[in-house]
Amino acid sequence: MSIKYFNDPARLWGLTKIMLGGVQVTLGIFVLTLILSIPLGMLVALGRMSKRKALSTPVSFYIYIMRGTPLMLQVLFFWFFLSQSLPFKPSRFAVVVFSFALNYAAYFAEIFRGGIQAVPVGQREAGQVLGYTRVQTFFRIIVPQVVRNVLPAVTNEIITLVKDTALGSIIAVVELMSIAKKQVSNSTSIEPYVVAILLYLLLNGIAERLCKTAERKMDYLRR
Amino acid sequence: MLNAENVRKRFAANEVLRGISLNVEKGEVVSLIGPSGSGKSTFLRCLNRLETIDEGTITLDDDVMCEMRGGALHYADSKTLRRITLKMGMVFQSFNLFPHMTVLRNLTDAPVAVRRLPRSQAEEKARMLLAKVGLADKADSYPHQLSGGQSQRVAIARALCMDPEIMCFDEPTSALDPELTQEVLNVMQDLAKEKMTMVVVTHEMRFARNVSDRVVLIENGGIVEEGTAEQVFTSQNPRTRQFIGEAQG
Ligand SMILES: Nc1ncnc2c1ncn2[C@@H]1O[C@H](COP(=O)(O)OP(=O)(O)O)[C@@H](O)[C@H]1O
Ligand SMILES: [Mg+2]
Repeated sequence: MSIKYFNDPARLWGLTKIMLGGVQVTLGIFVLTLILSIPLGMLVALGRMSKRKALSTPVSFYIYIMRGTPLMLQVLFFWFFLSQSLPFKPSRFAVVVFSFALNYAAYFAEIFRGGIQAVPVGQREAGQVLGYTRVQTFFRIIVPQVVRNVLPAVTNEIITLVKDTALGSIIAVVELMSIAKKQVSNSTSIEPYVVAILLYLLLNGIAERLCKTAERKMDYLRR
Repeated sequence: MLNAENVRKRFAANEVLRGISLNVEKGEVVSLIGPSGSGKSTFLRCLNRLETIDEGTITLDDDVMCEMRGGALHYADSKTLRRITLKMGMVFQSFNLFPHMTVLRNLTDAPVAVRRLPRSQAEEKARMLLAKVGLADKADSYPHQLSGGQSQRVAIARALCMDPEIMCFDEPTSALDPELTQEVLNVMQDLAKEKMTMVVVTHEMRFARNVSDRVVLIENGGIVEEGTAEQVFTSQNPRTRQFIGEAQG
Protein backbone atom coordinates (compact mmCIF):
# COMPACT_ATOMS: atom_id res chain seq x y z
CA MET A 1 0.00 0.00 0.00
CA SER A 2 1.51 3.25 -1.07
CA ILE A 3 1.34 6.57 0.78
CA LYS A 4 0.90 9.36 -1.73
CA TYR A 5 -0.69 12.23 0.21
CA PHE A 6 -0.09 11.94 3.95
CA ASN A 7 3.66 12.39 3.52
CA ASP A 8 3.28 15.43 1.26
CA PRO A 9 1.40 18.40 2.77
CA ALA A 10 1.08 20.21 -0.54
CA ARG A 11 -0.55 17.22 -2.25
CA LEU A 12 -2.70 16.52 0.78
CA TRP A 13 -3.96 20.09 0.71
CA GLY A 14 -4.68 19.77 -3.00
CA LEU A 15 -6.70 16.62 -2.38
CA THR A 16 -8.54 18.15 0.55
CA LYS A 17 -9.51 21.18 -1.55
CA ILE A 18 -10.99 18.93 -4.22
CA MET A 19 -12.88 16.98 -1.58
CA LEU A 20 -14.16 20.12 0.10
CA GLY A 21 -15.84 20.88 -3.23
CA GLY A 22 -17.72 17.62 -2.69
CA VAL A 23 -18.57 18.64 0.86
CA GLN A 24 -20.33 21.70 -0.54
CA VAL A 25 -22.57 19.53 -2.69
CA THR A 26 -23.13 17.13 0.22
CA LEU A 27 -24.13 20.06 2.43
CA GLY A 28 -26.42 21.33 -0.33
CA ILE A 29 -28.26 18.00 -0.47
CA PHE A 30 -28.36 17.87 3.32
CA VAL A 31 -29.70 21.37 3.93
CA LEU A 32 -32.23 21.37 1.08
CA THR A 33 -33.54 17.96 2.12
CA LEU A 34 -34.11 19.20 5.66
CA ILE A 35 -35.73 22.45 4.55
CA LEU A 36 -38.15 20.54 2.32
CA SER A 37 -38.79 17.38 4.31
CA ILE A 38 -39.50 18.88 7.73
CA PRO A 39 -42.50 21.02 6.69
CA LEU A 40 -43.61 18.31 4.26
CA GLY A 41 -43.32 15.76 7.07
CA MET A 42 -45.53 17.95 9.26
CA LEU A 43 -48.21 18.03 6.54
CA VAL A 44 -47.89 14.29 5.98
CA ALA A 45 -48.26 13.69 9.73
CA LEU A 46 -51.43 15.78 9.82
CA GLY A 47 -52.77 13.94 6.76
CA ARG A 48 -51.95 10.60 8.36
CA MET A 49 -53.89 11.62 11.50
CA SER A 50 -56.86 12.98 9.57
CA LYS A 51 -60.22 11.48 10.42
CA ARG A 52 -61.03 11.48 6.70
CA LYS A 53 -60.15 8.06 5.35
CA ALA A 54 -59.87 9.48 1.82
CA LEU A 55 -56.86 11.42 3.08
CA SER A 56 -55.34 9.21 5.75
CA THR A 57 -55.38 5.99 3.70
CA PRO A 58 -53.32 7.25 0.72
CA VAL A 59 -50.99 9.07 3.11
CA SER A 60 -50.42 5.87 5.09
CA PHE A 61 -49.69 4.08 1.84
CA TYR A 62 -47.16 6.74 0.86
CA ILE A 63 -45.41 6.39 4.22
CA TYR A 64 -45.41 2.62 3.84
CA ILE A 65 -43.76 2.76 0.43
CA MET A 66 -41.15 5.34 1.43
CA ARG A 67 -40.15 3.50 4.57
CA GLY A 68 -40.53 0.02 3.12
CA THR A 69 -38.22 0.28 0.11
CA PRO A 70 -34.50 1.10 -0.14
CA LEU A 71 -33.66 4.77 -0.51
CA MET A 72 -31.15 3.76 -3.19
CA LEU A 73 -33.94 2.21 -5.23
CA GLN A 74 -36.06 5.31 -4.81
CA VAL A 75 -33.24 7.56 -6.04
CA LEU A 76 -32.68 5.35 -9.10
CA PHE A 77 -36.40 5.08 -9.75
CA PHE A 78 -36.97 8.84 -9.62
CA TRP A 79 -33.86 9.49 -11.73
CA PHE A 80 -35.13 7.33 -14.59
CA PHE A 81 -38.78 8.14 -14.09
CA LEU A 82 -38.29 11.91 -13.99
CA SER A 83 -35.75 11.91 -16.82
CA GLN A 84 -38.21 10.10 -19.06
CA SER A 85 -41.46 11.77 -18.02
CA LEU A 86 -40.47 15.42 -17.63
CA PRO A 87 -40.32 17.63 -20.74
CA PHE A 88 -36.82 18.75 -19.70
CA LYS A 89 -33.88 16.84 -18.29
CA PRO A 90 -33.79 17.38 -14.52
CA SER A 91 -30.42 17.91 -12.88
CA ARG A 92 -29.01 14.96 -10.96
CA PHE A 93 -28.69 17.14 -7.88
CA ALA A 94 -32.38 18.12 -8.05
CA VAL A 95 -33.48 14.49 -8.39
CA VAL A 96 -31.48 13.47 -5.34
CA VAL A 97 -32.94 16.30 -3.27
CA PHE A 98 -36.42 15.44 -4.56
CA SER A 99 -36.08 11.74 -3.64
CA PHE A 100 -34.52 12.47 -0.27
CA ALA A 101 -37.17 15.05 0.61
CA LEU A 102 -39.99 12.60 -0.16
CA ASN A 103 -38.26 9.81 1.74
CA TYR A 104 -37.31 11.81 4.80
CA ALA A 105 -40.75 13.45 4.92
CA ALA A 106 -42.19 9.97 5.52
CA TYR A 107 -39.80 9.28 8.39
CA PHE A 108 -40.31 12.73 9.88
CA ALA A 109 -44.08 12.32 9.56
CA GLU A 110 -44.06 9.24 11.76
CA ILE A 111 -41.83 10.97 14.29
CA PHE A 112 -44.06 14.06 14.31
CA ARG A 113 -47.20 11.95 14.63
CA GLY A 114 -45.80 10.30 17.73
CA GLY A 115 -44.77 13.69 19.08
CA ILE A 116 -48.20 15.18 18.51
CA GLN A 117 -50.02 12.23 20.01
CA ALA A 118 -47.80 12.43 23.09
CA VAL A 119 -49.24 15.89 23.90
CA PRO A 120 -52.16 15.29 26.29
CA VAL A 121 -55.64 16.24 24.98
CA GLY A 122 -56.01 18.45 28.04
CA GLN A 123 -53.53 20.88 26.46
CA ARG A 124 -55.79 21.38 23.46
CA GLU A 125 -58.83 21.67 25.71
CA ALA A 126 -57.12 24.28 27.87
CA GLY A 127 -56.35 26.23 24.70
CA GLN A 128 -59.93 25.98 23.54
CA VAL A 129 -61.50 27.19 26.78
CA LEU A 130 -59.06 30.11 26.92
CA GLY A 131 -60.37 31.23 23.53
CA TYR A 132 -57.38 30.37 21.35
CA THR A 133 -58.31 29.59 17.76
CA ARG A 134 -57.41 26.12 16.52
CA VAL A 135 -54.45 27.55 14.62
CA GLN A 136 -53.23 29.46 17.68
CA THR A 137 -53.60 26.37 19.83
CA PHE A 138 -51.57 24.38 17.32
CA PHE A 139 -48.70 26.84 17.00
CA ARG A 140 -48.57 28.29 20.53
CA ILE A 141 -49.37 25.21 22.61
CA ILE A 142 -48.95 22.00 20.63
CA VAL A 143 -45.94 22.67 18.39
CA PRO A 144 -43.50 23.76 21.13
CA GLN A 145 -44.27 20.57 23.04
CA VAL A 146 -43.99 18.46 19.88
CA VAL A 147 -40.60 20.00 19.09
CA ARG A 148 -39.31 18.99 22.48
CA ASN A 149 -40.80 15.51 22.16
CA VAL A 150 -39.30 14.80 18.74
CA LEU A 151 -35.86 16.42 18.92
CA PRO A 152 -33.97 13.26 19.97
CA ALA A 153 -35.53 11.23 17.15
CA VAL A 154 -34.98 14.07 14.67
CA THR A 155 -31.32 14.22 15.70
CA ASN A 156 -30.99 10.56 14.75
CA GLU A 157 -32.54 11.21 11.34
CA ILE A 158 -30.23 14.17 10.75
CA ILE A 159 -27.16 12.06 11.45
CA THR A 160 -28.46 9.35 9.14
CA LEU A 161 -29.11 11.96 6.46
CA VAL A 162 -25.51 13.18 6.52
CA LYS A 163 -24.45 9.62 5.65
CA ASP A 164 -27.32 9.01 3.20
CA THR A 165 -26.15 11.92 1.03
CA ALA A 166 -23.49 9.46 -0.20
CA LEU A 167 -26.28 7.77 -2.17
CA GLY A 168 -26.10 10.74 -4.54
CA SER A 169 -23.09 8.95 -6.03
CA ILE A 170 -25.40 6.25 -7.41
CA ILE A 171 -26.63 8.68 -10.07
CA ALA A 172 -23.27 10.44 -10.31
CA VAL A 173 -23.98 13.57 -8.33
CA VAL A 174 -20.56 14.98 -7.60
CA GLU A 175 -20.73 14.98 -3.81
CA LEU A 176 -18.15 13.88 -1.28
CA MET A 177 -18.59 10.13 -1.82
CA SER A 178 -18.33 10.34 -5.62
CA ILE A 179 -15.21 12.42 -5.42
CA ALA A 180 -13.60 10.12 -2.88
CA LYS A 181 -14.30 7.11 -5.12
CA LYS A 182 -12.87 8.85 -8.15
CA GLN A 183 -9.76 10.02 -6.30
CA VAL A 184 -9.16 6.54 -4.97
CA SER A 185 -9.33 4.92 -8.39
CA ASN A 186 -7.20 7.65 -9.99
CA SER A 187 -4.49 7.47 -7.36
CA THR A 188 -4.80 3.79 -6.42
CA SER A 189 -4.47 4.92 -2.82
CA ILE A 190 -7.08 4.60 -0.11
CA GLU A 191 -6.06 7.91 1.44
CA PRO A 192 -8.95 9.81 -0.20
CA TYR A 193 -11.31 7.44 1.64
CA VAL A 194 -9.59 8.31 4.90
CA VAL A 195 -10.07 12.00 4.15
CA ALA A 196 -13.73 11.31 3.33
CA ILE A 197 -14.20 9.44 6.59
CA LEU A 198 -12.76 12.38 8.52
CA LEU A 199 -14.93 14.86 6.63
CA TYR A 200 -18.13 12.87 7.26
CA LEU A 201 -17.22 12.59 10.92
CA LEU A 202 -16.58 16.33 11.06
CA LEU A 203 -19.98 17.07 9.47
CA ASN A 204 -21.77 14.75 11.86
CA GLY A 205 -19.86 16.11 14.82
CA ILE A 206 -21.10 19.58 13.98
CA ALA A 207 -24.65 18.37 13.29
CA GLU A 208 -24.76 16.47 16.56
CA ARG A 209 -23.42 19.41 18.53
CA LEU A 210 -26.07 21.73 17.05
CA CYS A 211 -28.86 19.24 17.78
CA LYS A 212 -27.73 18.72 21.36
CA THR A 213 -27.67 22.48 21.90
CA ALA A 214 -31.20 22.74 20.50
CA GLU A 215 -32.35 19.87 22.71
CA ARG A 216 -30.97 21.58 25.78
CA LYS A 217 -32.58 24.88 24.81
CA MET A 218 -35.96 23.26 24.22
CA ASP A 219 -35.98 21.14 27.33
CA TYR A 220 -38.23 23.21 29.53
CA LEU A 221 -38.58 20.30 31.94
CA ARG A 222 -34.97 20.74 33.02
CA ARG A 223 -35.08 24.46 33.51
CA MET B 1 -77.15 34.28 33.65
CA LEU B 2 -76.25 30.73 32.53
CA ASN B 3 -79.19 28.62 31.55
CA ALA B 4 -79.24 25.03 30.38
CA GLU B 5 -82.48 23.30 29.54
CA ASN B 6 -83.14 19.66 29.01
CA VAL B 7 -79.59 18.88 27.91
CA ARG B 8 -79.14 15.41 26.47
CA LYS B 9 -75.90 13.79 25.46
CA ARG B 10 -74.97 10.31 24.45
CA PHE B 11 -71.66 8.61 23.70
CA ALA B 12 -72.60 5.98 21.10
CA ALA B 13 -75.30 3.89 22.80
CA ASN B 14 -74.50 5.26 26.25
CA GLU B 15 -76.93 8.01 27.25
CA VAL B 16 -74.88 10.06 29.67
CA LEU B 17 -77.07 13.14 30.16
CA ARG B 18 -80.79 12.42 30.24
CA GLY B 19 -82.27 15.90 30.17
CA ILE B 20 -80.48 18.11 32.67
CA SER B 21 -81.69 21.64 33.33
CA LEU B 22 -79.75 24.17 35.36
CA ASN B 23 -80.06 27.90 35.84
CA VAL B 24 -77.20 29.82 37.43
CA GLU B 25 -77.74 33.40 38.57
CA LYS B 26 -75.05 36.04 38.58
CA GLY B 27 -72.89 35.79 41.69
CA GLU B 28 -74.23 32.37 42.57
CA VAL B 29 -72.06 29.40 43.53
CA VAL B 30 -73.55 26.10 42.41
CA SER B 31 -72.02 22.76 43.40
CA LEU B 32 -72.66 19.69 41.29
CA ILE B 33 -72.29 16.53 43.32
CA GLY B 34 -73.00 12.90 42.59
CA PRO B 35 -71.42 9.49 42.22
CA SER B 36 -68.56 8.99 39.82
CA GLY B 37 -69.72 8.26 36.27
CA SER B 38 -73.02 10.09 36.78
CA GLY B 39 -72.25 12.66 34.05
CA LYS B 40 -71.10 15.71 36.05
CA SER B 41 -67.93 16.29 34.05
CA THR B 42 -69.72 15.69 30.79
CA PHE B 43 -72.35 18.27 31.71
CA LEU B 44 -69.70 20.84 32.58
CA ARG B 45 -67.83 20.06 29.37
CA CYS B 46 -71.04 20.58 27.39
CA LEU B 47 -71.41 24.02 28.97
CA ASN B 48 -67.85 24.76 27.80
CA ARG B 49 -68.39 23.24 24.38
CA LEU B 50 -65.63 20.72 25.00
CA GLU B 51 -68.43 18.31 24.11
CA THR B 52 -71.36 19.02 21.84
CA ILE B 53 -74.81 18.13 23.08
CA ASP B 54 -77.43 16.13 21.20
CA GLU B 55 -80.52 17.94 22.44
CA GLY B 56 -81.37 20.93 24.58
CA THR B 57 -80.77 24.64 24.95
CA ILE B 58 -77.82 26.46 26.48
CA THR B 59 -77.69 30.23 26.85
CA LEU B 60 -75.31 32.65 28.55
CA ASP B 61 -76.75 36.11 29.17
CA ASP B 62 -78.36 37.07 25.86
CA ASP B 63 -76.26 34.71 23.77
CA VAL B 64 -77.75 31.43 22.69
CA MET B 65 -75.07 28.76 22.37
CA CYS B 66 -77.45 26.16 21.03
CA GLU B 67 -81.17 25.60 20.86
CA MET B 68 -83.80 23.32 19.39
CA ARG B 69 -85.49 24.57 16.24
CA GLY B 70 -88.00 22.44 14.40
CA GLY B 71 -86.99 19.41 16.40
CA ALA B 72 -83.30 19.74 15.49
CA LEU B 73 -80.40 21.12 17.48
CA HIS B 74 -78.66 24.24 16.16
CA TYR B 75 -75.40 25.69 17.43
CA ALA B 76 -74.83 29.42 17.06
CA ASP B 77 -72.43 30.98 14.54
CA SER B 78 -68.75 31.01 15.43
CA LYS B 79 -68.80 34.67 16.49
CA THR B 80 -71.45 34.06 19.14
CA LEU B 81 -69.75 30.88 20.29
CA ARG B 82 -66.50 32.76 20.67
CA ARG B 83 -68.19 35.49 22.72
CA ILE B 84 -69.58 32.81 25.03
CA THR B 85 -66.21 31.04 25.32
CA LEU B 86 -64.56 34.29 26.38
CA LYS B 87 -67.09 34.77 29.16
CA MET B 88 -66.42 31.34 30.64
CA GLY B 89 -63.38 30.20 32.58
CA MET B 90 -62.60 26.55 33.16
CA VAL B 91 -60.42 24.81 35.72
CA PHE B 92 -59.59 21.16 35.07
CA GLN B 93 -58.92 18.36 37.50
CA SER B 94 -55.53 17.84 35.85
CA PHE B 95 -54.61 21.58 35.76
CA ASN B 96 -53.53 21.46 32.11
CA LEU B 97 -50.96 24.19 32.56
CA PHE B 98 -48.75 24.78 29.52
CA PRO B 99 -45.46 23.07 30.45
CA HIS B 100 -43.31 25.05 28.02
CA MET B 101 -44.31 28.41 29.44
CA THR B 102 -43.36 30.05 32.72
CA VAL B 103 -46.13 30.58 35.24
CA LEU B 104 -46.35 34.24 34.23
CA ARG B 105 -46.53 33.33 30.56
CA ASN B 106 -49.25 30.76 31.30
CA LEU B 107 -51.33 33.64 32.61
CA THR B 108 -50.47 36.29 30.01
CA ASP B 109 -50.37 34.32 26.78
CA ALA B 110 -54.11 34.09 26.18
CA PRO B 111 -54.87 37.70 27.21
CA VAL B 112 -52.20 38.88 24.76
CA ALA B 113 -52.91 36.42 21.92
CA VAL B 114 -56.68 36.19 22.26
CA ARG B 115 -57.82 39.43 23.88
CA ARG B 116 -55.05 41.54 22.32
CA LEU B 117 -54.13 43.06 25.66
CA PRO B 118 -50.75 44.88 25.62
CA ARG B 119 -48.16 42.59 27.19
CA SER B 120 -47.21 45.05 29.94
CA GLN B 121 -50.84 45.34 30.98
CA ALA B 122 -51.32 41.57 30.89
CA GLU B 123 -48.24 41.06 33.04
CA GLU B 124 -49.35 43.60 35.58
CA LYS B 125 -52.69 41.87 35.86
CA ALA B 126 -51.09 38.43 35.98
CA ARG B 127 -48.80 39.44 38.83
CA MET B 128 -51.76 40.85 40.72
CA LEU B 129 -53.64 37.56 40.29
CA LEU B 130 -50.61 35.47 41.26
CA ALA B 131 -50.32 37.52 44.44
CA LYS B 132 -53.99 36.91 45.06
CA VAL B 133 -53.58 33.12 44.89
CA GLY B 134 -50.43 33.39 47.03
CA LEU B 135 -47.89 32.61 44.32
CA ALA B 136 -46.31 35.98 43.53
CA ASP B 137 -42.84 34.42 43.94
CA LYS B 138 -43.54 31.69 41.35
CA ALA B 139 -43.96 33.96 38.31
CA ASP B 140 -40.74 32.77 36.70
CA SER B 141 -41.06 29.09 37.62
CA TYR B 142 -42.10 26.40 35.19
CA PRO B 143 -45.17 24.25 35.90
CA HIS B 144 -43.11 21.12 36.61
CA GLN B 145 -41.48 22.96 39.50
CA LEU B 146 -44.81 23.45 41.28
CA SER B 147 -46.72 21.22 43.69
CA GLY B 148 -50.20 20.09 42.69
CA GLY B 149 -51.84 22.68 44.91
CA GLN B 150 -49.68 25.44 43.46
CA SER B 151 -50.39 24.23 39.92
CA GLN B 152 -54.11 24.35 40.49
CA ARG B 153 -53.91 27.85 41.97
CA VAL B 154 -51.96 28.95 38.89
CA ALA B 155 -54.64 27.34 36.70
CA ILE B 156 -57.31 29.31 38.54
CA ALA B 157 -55.32 32.53 38.13
CA ARG B 158 -54.83 31.74 34.42
CA ALA B 159 -58.58 31.42 33.92
CA LEU B 160 -59.22 34.61 35.90
CA CYS B 161 -56.69 36.53 33.80
CA MET B 162 -59.18 36.34 30.90
CA ASP B 163 -61.82 38.18 32.97
CA PRO B 164 -64.50 35.50 32.77
CA GLU B 165 -68.01 36.17 34.01
CA ILE B 166 -68.45 32.62 35.15
CA MET B 167 -65.94 30.03 36.35
CA CYS B 168 -66.40 26.30 35.94
CA PHE B 169 -64.41 23.84 38.06
CA ASP B 170 -64.23 20.12 37.35
CA GLU B 171 -63.15 18.43 40.57
CA PRO B 172 -60.31 20.92 41.07
CA THR B 173 -58.95 19.13 44.15
CA SER B 174 -59.40 15.48 43.17
CA ALA B 175 -55.87 15.09 41.80
CA LEU B 176 -54.31 16.62 44.92
CA ASP B 177 -52.86 15.11 48.06
CA PRO B 178 -55.26 15.75 50.95
CA GLU B 179 -52.93 18.24 52.61
CA LEU B 180 -52.91 20.38 49.44
CA THR B 181 -56.66 20.56 48.81
CA GLN B 182 -57.31 23.25 51.39
CA GLU B 183 -55.06 25.85 49.75
CA VAL B 184 -57.08 25.46 46.55
CA LEU B 185 -60.43 25.47 48.33
CA ASN B 186 -59.38 28.67 50.12
CA VAL B 187 -58.76 30.40 46.81
CA MET B 188 -62.15 29.25 45.56
CA GLN B 189 -63.81 30.40 48.76
CA ASP B 190 -62.25 33.85 48.31
CA LEU B 191 -63.65 33.96 44.78
CA ALA B 192 -67.08 33.05 46.08
CA LYS B 193 -66.86 35.88 48.61
CA GLU B 194 -66.10 38.29 45.77
CA LYS B 195 -69.34 37.14 44.16
CA MET B 196 -67.77 35.35 41.24
CA THR B 197 -70.35 33.17 39.53
CA MET B 198 -69.18 29.58 39.89
CA VAL B 199 -70.24 26.10 38.83
CA VAL B 200 -68.22 23.54 40.74
CA VAL B 201 -68.19 19.78 40.27
CA THR B 202 -66.83 18.52 43.55
CA HIS B 203 -66.43 15.61 45.91
CA GLU B 204 -65.63 18.01 48.75
CA MET B 205 -68.81 17.87 50.75
CA ARG B 206 -67.66 20.53 53.19
CA PHE B 207 -67.08 22.94 50.32
CA ALA B 208 -70.47 22.10 48.80
CA ARG B 209 -72.18 22.61 52.12
CA ASN B 210 -70.36 25.69 53.40
CA VAL B 211 -69.53 27.68 50.30
CA SER B 212 -72.18 27.03 47.69
CA ASP B 213 -75.50 28.82 47.43
CA ARG B 214 -77.03 25.85 45.73
CA VAL B 215 -76.28 22.15 45.51
CA VAL B 216 -77.37 19.90 42.66
CA LEU B 217 -77.20 16.14 43.03
CA ILE B 218 -76.77 14.29 39.74
CA GLU B 219 -77.16 10.57 39.37
CA ASN B 220 -77.19 8.52 36.24
CA GLY B 221 -77.36 11.57 33.95
CA GLY B 222 -80.30 13.20 35.69
CA ILE B 223 -80.91 15.61 38.57
CA VAL B 224 -82.01 13.79 41.70
CA GLU B 225 -82.31 16.77 43.97
CA GLU B 226 -81.54 20.45 43.90
CA GLY B 227 -81.78 23.17 46.53
CA THR B 228 -79.85 25.26 49.00
CA ALA B 229 -76.95 23.49 50.63
CA GLU B 230 -79.01 23.18 53.81
CA GLN B 231 -82.00 21.66 51.99
CA VAL B 232 -79.93 19.06 50.16
CA PHE B 233 -77.76 18.12 53.12
CA THR B 234 -80.81 17.63 55.36
CA SER B 235 -82.98 16.09 52.65
CA GLN B 236 -85.25 13.16 53.42
CA ASN B 237 -84.94 11.81 49.86
CA PRO B 238 -83.44 8.33 50.39
CA ARG B 239 -81.12 8.54 47.37
CA THR B 240 -79.81 11.91 48.46
CA ARG B 241 -79.31 10.68 52.01
CA GLN B 242 -77.50 7.62 50.79
CA PHE B 243 -75.12 9.56 48.53
CA ILE B 244 -74.35 12.20 51.11
CA GLY B 245 -73.92 9.61 53.81
CA GLU B 246 -71.38 7.76 51.69
CA ALA B 247 -69.62 10.90 50.47
CA GLN B 248 -69.13 12.21 53.98
CA GLY B 249 -67.71 8.82 54.90
N1 LIG C 1 -65.38 10.87 25.65
C1 LIG C 1 -66.19 9.88 26.11
N2 LIG C 1 -66.49 8.84 25.33
C2 LIG C 1 -67.30 7.85 25.75
N3 LIG C 1 -67.88 7.81 26.97
C3 LIG C 1 -67.61 8.83 27.81
C4 LIG C 1 -66.76 9.91 27.42
N4 LIG C 1 -66.67 10.78 28.47
C5 LIG C 1 -67.43 10.26 29.45
N5 LIG C 1 -68.00 9.10 29.06
C6 LIG C 1 -68.92 8.27 29.87
O1 LIG C 1 -69.93 9.11 30.34
C7 LIG C 1 -70.29 8.74 31.65
C8 LIG C 1 -70.24 9.95 32.55
O2 LIG C 1 -68.91 10.33 32.72
P1 LIG C 1 -68.49 11.65 33.49
O3 LIG C 1 -69.24 12.80 32.93
O4 LIG C 1 -67.00 11.74 33.43
O5 LIG C 1 -68.96 11.35 34.97
P2 LIG C 1 -68.55 12.06 36.33
O6 LIG C 1 -67.78 13.30 36.01
O7 LIG C 1 -69.84 12.33 37.02
O8 LIG C 1 -67.73 11.07 37.08
C9 LIG C 1 -69.40 7.61 32.08
O9 LIG C 1 -70.10 6.41 31.88
C10 LIG C 1 -68.26 7.71 31.11
O10 LIG C 1 -67.72 6.44 30.85
MG1 LIG D 1 -65.76 13.74 36.49
